[in-house]
Amino acid sequence: MNPALTIPAFGPVLPEILMAAGALIMVLFGAIRGERPGYAMNIIALALLAVTFVAVLMLPGERVETMGGSFVVDGFAKFMKALTLIASAGGVILSLDYMRREGISRFEYPILIVLSTIGMMMVISANDLIALYIGLELLSLSSYVIAAFDRDNVRSTEAGLKYFVLGSLSSGMLLYGSSLVYGFSGSISFPAIATILQGNVGIGAIVGLVFVAAGIAFKISAVPFHMWTPDVYEGSPTPVTAFFAAAPKMAGMAMATRVFIDAFPGILIQWQQIIVFISIASMALGSFAAIGQRNIKRLMAYSSIGNVGYALIGLAAGTAEGIQGVIVYMAIYLAMTLGTFAVILGMRRGNVMYETVDDLSGMARTHPVLAFCLGMMMFSLAGIPPLAGFFAKFAVFNAAIEADLVALAIIGVVTSVIGAYYYLRIVKVMYFDEPAERYDAMPAGVKFVLALCSIFVVLFGIVPAPLMAAARAAASSLF
Amino acid sequence: MLGFGILSGLLVLPLVGAAFILTLRGDSEAARSNARWAALATTIATFLLSLVAWARFDTATASFQLVESHVWLTETIRFKLGVDGFSMPLILLTTFLMPFCILASWESIGHRVKEYFVAFLVLETTMIGVFCALDLVLFYLFFEAGLIPMFLIIGIWGGKRRIYASFKFFLYTLLGSVLMLLAIMAMYWQAGTTDIPTLLAFKFGSSLQTWLWLAFFASFAVKMPMWPVHTWLPDAHVEAPTAGSVILAGVLLKMGGYGFIRVSLPMFPEASEYFAPLVFALSVIAIVYTSLVALMQEDIKKLIAYSSVAHMGFVTMGLFSMNEQGIQGAMFTMISHGLISGALFLCVGVIYDRMHTREIKAYGGLVNRMPMYAVVFLILTMANVALPGTSGFIGEFLTLMGAFRSNTWVAFFATTGVILSAAYALWLYRRVVYGELDKPALQTITDLNRREIITFAPLIVLIIYYGVQPGPILDVFAAPTETLLNNVQAALATVKTAAVAAH
Repeated sequence: MNPALTIPAFGPVLPEILMAAGALIMVLFGAIRGERPGYAMNIIALALLAVTFVAVLMLPGERVETMGGSFVVDGFAKFMKALTLIASAGGVILSLDYMRREGISRFEYPILIVLSTIGMMMVISANDLIALYIGLELLSLSSYVIAAFDRDNVRSTEAGLKYFVLGSLSSGMLLYGSSLVYGFSGSISFPAIATILQGNVGIGAIVGLVFVAAGIAFKISAVPFHMWTPDVYEGSPTPVTAFFAAAPKMAGMAMATRVFIDAFPGILIQWQQIIVFISIASMALGSFAAIGQRNIKRLMAYSSIGNVGYALIGLAAGTAEGIQGVIVYMAIYLAMTLGTFAVILGMRRGNVMYETVDDLSGMARTHPVLAFCLGMMMFSLAGIPPLAGFFAKFAVFNAAIEADLVALAIIGVVTSVIGAYYYLRIVKVMYFDEPAERYDAMPAGVKFVLALCSIFVVLFGIVPAPLMAAARAAASSLF
Repeated sequence: MLGFGILSGLLVLPLVGAAFILTLRGDSEAARSNARWAALATTIATFLLSLVAWARFDTATASFQLVESHVWLTETIRFKLGVDGFSMPLILLTTFLMPFCILASWESIGHRVKEYFVAFLVLETTMIGVFCALDLVLFYLFFEAGLIPMFLIIGIWGGKRRIYASFKFFLYTLLGSVLMLLAIMAMYWQAGTTDIPTLLAFKFGSSLQTWLWLAFFASFAVKMPMWPVHTWLPDAHVEAPTAGSVILAGVLLKMGGYGFIRVSLPMFPEASEYFAPLVFALSVIAIVYTSLVALMQEDIKKLIAYSSVAHMGFVTMGLFSMNEQGIQGAMFTMISHGLISGALFLCVGVIYDRMHTREIKAYGGLVNRMPMYAVVFLILTMANVALPGTSGFIGEFLTLMGAFRSNTWVAFFATTGVILSAAYALWLYRRVVYGELDKPALQTITDLNRREIITFAPLIVLIIYYGVQPGPILDVFAAPTETLLNNVQAALATVKTAAVAAH
């Protein structure tokens, strides 16, 4: 029988199929139902994400390739997809009240989140360059639209446009790099590229690798391709920013890991220098540039640039230990970033959202619980034990030391001390300064996200073993 | 119960108290009073529990006792606790000082009372954790975690320049510590574990030892603090509330010394020997230079802070003289300095609470209105200058003797520090307590009240008791000191034989 006619195994793709079918049903339902108030669409989206989450957990743990080798499921993909789905659900929950109050509660928003999430899951499971590109485009196009979701607001539309123009440029670079890699290796499949590109490869493949790396660096907002991040984060509606800081970051880091570890393991020496450089540059810029920021969303943008730099330390190590570090880092970063944005979403009086650092002034007295949670998030982001952020940094630095990247590790810890300054500044404003007026009560959804994230961040240190072990298992599936 | 022992209890008990205070509602006078009593009860209960641990502790052996070990980060990085003769006295010092800190804050902390006591109780847990952790990652965790409550204590309840001081304290110590974290990781990959008893028996290569020693030194030297990285301490001390200063001088500074004796000396003996001249030099500079600086201070707290740096110079000097007298003297100095400097800061707190200034110039002639205070301050001043009969003398004498055996010149210069310390301490006493009581503001100042007397009495009794009866403490140090020195000598001897054989 002609192998081309074989029906591929759909089992491993079930989560994506579920999501895609769900997204189409949501479009239909939304179109029939029209613009009506209520959270029906959001609830459907959340249910869909939850069902998919279960489906992801039920995937087989061992490596399975399907769809003619374009699609791969392994422990790593499972773990990262689970994180992405949690991040997307967080993005939906955080948006509930905000979108209604701002009068932009349209039914497309949850659909776009779902579509974007499908793109992320595709990216995580991509096993060849074309599948990677298609997943990335689906993810990006949906993201451009939701960045500009507040379409009557100049800042939001500007953010969407900037994101689109710079994003297209980077997609182009990725595609160009892919074509070079294909040209010099003769294959688009990651395992095939891995067997062909070994040891001393020609300059053409290296140039291709550099372009691919540039495209990926843009998506994870690593220096020097970070320029869009502060503007997009500041301009987008806050729940969208929270979503951008969480979900695409998970997918982006998974994509970087997948491409470099699966497709280019033979030329680790070549790409390691690139990753080390962008890691150092991201950490340094993230630490220094954030110091002068007044707007918290902008500050969080620089913080996310810095955090990507730390996660990249694990990738630069290129070992199972390093990838474990990346996974642990991203999981913990997810909780910290969602928690922080939950507090930012709580800063509202009447119809006005406050988003400068000074607006946090004296929060410890007006909102002690909120201030405590944000304070813990900040200490955790600064990497102070016993909070979760310390274990994240521990995991990546430990991998760097194992891989003899001592200089990288030293630069990393020094920038983390510099970064601690601006995290401390937020604690200082909340705890040491005089209180301002109270903010409105927090919406229930935001409270829920904040409570979960805070419990995770504060208490992680008591039982860190389960996440560490799960991440280790996930990482070892790549090697 | 689940294998959790008495040391876990010491860690959990203050947290339970903190959780209870958090559940108190409102900011009424009743709630504040409840918070105070709850904090006092918790710290006393913790102290009693540490006495139970002490009763079960066997001073004759150098091995770790009361050990408990649970799976934590991985199979090899465990939640492991235990104490030996070096750590047990420091735990007792911590739990002993805490109730006094609570008492000292009874009236002087007027706002955000609940948060204050919560921060203090959390701080107590981290301090006990540092001294009983038997895993380097766990040690680091507690070592750093203490920064959070101390940052808040200085920043919220501190003086005028509290924000500057709290940031300086936090960032300075953090920068020192992160290098230690990397060193811990390097040790992990080298030895396959971060278990302290295993690492004590592990031999690191010579060049690696040098780097590891330097990384740990960066952390402990800042914490100690040694000259020239001591500048955060005077700022932190001056701005911190009284109880914060007590705990800072009494316990937090001891973490550096404890780190040297727990990690640097036994795990990196070659590097310790190699760098001993550097430590001696820095110690002597600290002793002489900071004593001179102390002479010129106009702020009482700053003066005592500089005197702490000088005393810590004696500690590092004693530790790195690497003989019995030096090490035991250093440990003794740490305990004795914990009591003396703690009491001195409480002393400053007494007049600060009344006058709200720490300027030396604002005082004078206090003996006329505060005879009891003058007596207390005099005893503490004498203890600070190491008058024989007080515990300060035993420590300084032993460290100087140890240094003398190791390097006569070091001992010679360090001894001039003893003279200088007498100069600044007595001069301070003369300016504050003696003379005419001619400042109008001082005319109505009142002597010690009952709460303050209760605070000072046990401290003074202990300072004098250990001054004439140092045996009980020194016996505790004896066994681990002997083991430490034997191991260090054995390690150095192996290296020397190897070097001779290579020729």
